[in-house]
Amino acid sequence: MTLTGGQVEVLAIATLTAVACAVTGTFLVLRRVAMLSDAISHAVLLGIVVAFLAVRDLGSPLLLVGAAATGLLTVLLVEALVRTGRVRQDASIGLVFPALFSIGVILVSRFAGDVHLDTDAVLLGELAFAPLDRLVVAGTDLGPRAMWEMAAILLADVAFVLLFYKELKLTTFDAGLAAAFGFAPAAMHYGLMALVSVTAVGAFDAVGSVLVVALMVAPPAAAWMIANSLPAMIGLSAAFGAVAAVTGHAAARELDASIAGSMAAAAGLVFAAAFLVSPSHGVLAAIARRRRQRWAFAEATLAVHLLQHQDRPEAAEECRADRVHRHLEWDAAFTGQVVRRAVRRGMVARTGPCLGLTAAGRSLAREYMGL
Amino acid sequence: MDLAAPLLDYTVRTVTLGTAAVGAVGGVLGAFAVLRRQGLLGDAVSHAALPGVALAFLLTGSKDLPVLAAGAAIAGWAGSLVVLRVVRSPRVKEDAGLGIVLSTFFGLGLVLLTFIQRSGDAAQAGLDRFLFGQAATLLESDVRTVTGVGAVAIVLVLLLWKEFKLVSFDPGFAAGIGLPVRALDTGLTLLTVAAVVIGLQSVGVVLMSAVLVAPAAAARQWTDRLGPMVWISAGFGAASGAAGALLSSTVDRLPTGPAVVLCATAIAAASLAFAPRRGLAWAAVAAWQRRRRIHSEAVLIDMLALESGHATMHHADENAHSAEVLRLGRAGVDPRRTLALLAARGLVRAVGGGFALTDAGRDEAARLRGGDGGAR
Amino acid sequence: MKDADGSLALHVEDLTVAYGERPALWDVDLDVPAGVLMAVLGPNGAGKTTLMKAVLGLVRPVAGRVLVHGRPYAEQRRIVGYVPQRGSVDWDFPTTVLDVVTMGRYASLGWFRSPGAAERKAATDALDEVGMAPFASRHISQLSGGQQQRVFLARALAQDASLYLMDEPFQGVDATTERAIVRVLRDLRSRGRTVVVVHHDLQTVREYFDRVALLNVRRVADGPVSEAFTEENLRAAYGGRTAFVPRDATGPETGDLAASPVRE
Repeated sequence: MTLTGGQVEVLAIATLTAVACAVTGTFLVLRRVAMLSDAISHAVLLGIVVAFLAVRDLGSPLLLVGAAATGLLTVLLVEALVRTGRVRQDASIGLVFPALFSIGVILVSRFAGDVHLDTDAVLLGELAFAPLDRLVVAGTDLGPRAMWEMAAILLADVAFVLLFYKELKLTTFDAGLAAAFGFAPAAMHYGLMALVSVTAVGAFDAVGSVLVVALMVAPPAAAWMIANSLPAMIGLSAAFGAVAAVTGHAAARELDASIAGSMAAAAGLVFAAAFLVSPSHGVLAAIARRRRQRWAFAEATLAVHLLQHQDRPEAAEECRADRVHRHLEWDAAFTGQVVRRAVRRGMVARTGPCLGLTAAGRSLAREYMGL
Repeated sequence: MDLAAPLLDYTVRTVTLGTAAVGAVGGVLGAFAVLRRQGLLGDAVSHAALPGVALAFLLTGSKDLPVLAAGAAIAGWAGSLVVLRVVRSPRVKEDAGLGIVLSTFFGLGLVLLTFIQRSGDAAQAGLDRFLFGQAATLLESDVRTVTGVGAVAIVLVLLLWKEFKLVSFDPGFAAGIGLPVRALDTGLTLLTVAAVVIGLQSVGVVLMSAVLVAPAAAARQWTDRLGPMVWISAGFGAASGAAGALLSSTVDRLPTGPAVVLCATAIAAASLAFAPRRGLAWAAVAAWQRRRRIHSEAVLIDMLALESGHATMHHADENAHSAEVLRLGRAGVDPRRTLALLAARGLVRAVGGGFALTDAGRDEAARLRGGDGGAR
Repeated sequence: MKDADGSLALHVEDLTVAYGERPALWDVDLDVPAGVLMAVLGPNGAGKTTLMKAVLGLVRPVAGRVLVHGRPYAEQRRIVGYVPQRGSVDWDFPTTVLDVVTMGRYASLGWFRSPGAAERKAATDALDEVGMAPFASRHISQLSGGQQQRVFLARALAQDASLYLMDEPFQGVDATTERAIVRVLRDLRSRGRTVVVVHHDLQTVREYFDRVALLNVRRVADGPVSEAFTEENLRAAYGGRTAFVPRDATGPETGDLAASPVRE
């Protein structure tokens, strides 16, 4: 299938948005405050509406500033509530953003309903219409304004991460040590939150408030299932964001459905895939590993049991081949398999009615016991 | 505006009753959720319910509340299971699990919803109401469904009260005495799903979580006992639901969900500020009084110290110290207000350009300093 | 056969527990006669808490079994009392001291029934035993750490169990509480109850306990304090991580228990 110029532009905006969200979201996920993205992305609506009602121009940069400020205000409010000791963090988040969002929704439906800020746009974004708003400089059409806006936001995100890379890394990993080094964890925290707010505002226009959360959380979480270093996680996260944008866009075209919703669902699928098949931490890998380990572990358990009891008075009872399963509380058939495997591998030998460790078995048991 | 007047209207009464029931049930289950630090689980569940609503409609073509609510309950339940499963991985923390489920399920729901709308199905109109809630669309039969499900949920909470209390407070001990902790957890989550689902039509998926959190957070400020907390929370929830529904049916273009949430938030804010003992306003007053007492004690002691430093005790004027001198003793704190307050209590008096201790003030200062060098 | 011997309060046989790939307990055998106070000692990560959890059925063993008075734990739940670590619960939970202690009666109440006057009476008596009766109607957040520990102890007493498992009850408590706990432990022993305590302070072992079990993933030693609590066994259990100060490097019998095990 071929894409029209407008669709290419939509795809470009979607990808820029997803990548910008994924980069900033990486730090939210690592800092275990992913739900702040939910709070911020909802609260920015209020900032946008208030700023719009003040300047009456949807294109004004004041909207971006007002909205980002509301995002930051949300974080401050949540933290202030937690500091009172009366409400815990989950409840504080659940208390603050619905209130701000409600005010925003009411203002939209009462005062701004006739402009193209309506409650549908709040939830769905208006990616499909983004190419209609062009950036024209000195008579030249440079493309959709949203594309340049998101590109600028992405650039700001990347610049911030590059400039403060080691500070961000250390404050995320160990805020105490970072403070001791004079890295001002609080400044990093609010800097990051400001960045998240700005990114959320840009993304809000494209995909609406709830789906910002999908783009900020799912790709980084998917990346964390696989990556073992911060640069790898940021890179993978950005790549996953882009994948979600491209596949989501394609699926939405097929179904003639919401692009933003489709991108969010695609981000969910990317996470599900990583969760299942990640070679290091995925569910399937874990199952395979457990299977492999089961036999090895059972053999070791048997070896340790024999080591603990052989050469002691109770050995005649504890080490008897036909009774050992009772002591270990194992199924007799399973025990038989384990014993046969251990004998085959030269770890255990039969001496009369009893099982005994070979030299190899002895060192295996000792190794497992950390001796 | 007389808020009670619309209640004479039968429809408004029905709608108000239904939304109040939603608030009450949300308040009960929300209290447990907040105590178990699962305040945001309701957010994930309610958003996750959206694809269930859309799928139920796609499969059955019905717009009846019980059908759509069943779809919502299944999807919400599935969402909560996914959260619980993914957070078992050491690489997925709870916040990320919640965020992923709520946003991606919701995204899927929006895809289905827009798909239904654009495929031009004549019956599509009306699913939108599940986003922000439209209490006015509640029929009498809907209200019966809502109150029926809600009543069952509350009865179950009452029956399993001590078990739910114990798994919420101390799951380790609960397991130790043989309670099926996992099953009870699941039960509480299921009931929370039920509480969320009955609110979808009146409050909407986007804001339903606030109906769980705000009344519970408010109620916690008023009591230190679980029982009263749960019932106060139910009361606050019912009040917010009723007030929100009334407001939205009397004021033009006021969606019910936001109205209910703002009522609940107002109650929570008032409780946080003014609840007896825990209220922040009282705490601020107490802190201010404490600060003032410490300042006046410090000034008295300083004055006594300065006084005993002077050789000529009998010249009253020489024992008068200007506010500036006292300020030197306590960097940064202006003692003038404190001195005025002390003068009002008769502990210091104005002498010339400054202040001096009265006899009572000298006694008090000596007492504060621990009795050494005092008049007694 | 020893398995069926009901005179052992606790019989642990060939118990192996693993968290993922990491074994926490390796083939541990342990017998606890009825009516004794036993300390479970060992360095961090030795599997002491895991042993408690395995006995209580809170973790599933890879191999081995646990008998309480000669029968599986599942049948004996009612007669096992458990005192978890204090940090395991939310002390801001809206509940009172008496209420927490009453929870000790929940197991014998069974499903659906709510506690009544008899349960409250039992809870009040238990509070009295630990010297916390005046605090009955307080909110639990208004207690000191030691008082919280005594409330947990009272809850266990209210269970009226015959075997008690306590996870570090002496951890970070004040002297009053420590004395109160010791008094309660001795009182339990005099009534024929058995108490197994995860313990950290090597200096008080001889004074407080009859028996010890030394654990370091596997069982190092167990038995009466006079036999099992030897420097050799301690060294085997703690390795180099105990700040013993042997007075004479060649004479182990003169070693001095100068300090508690080093904790992270």
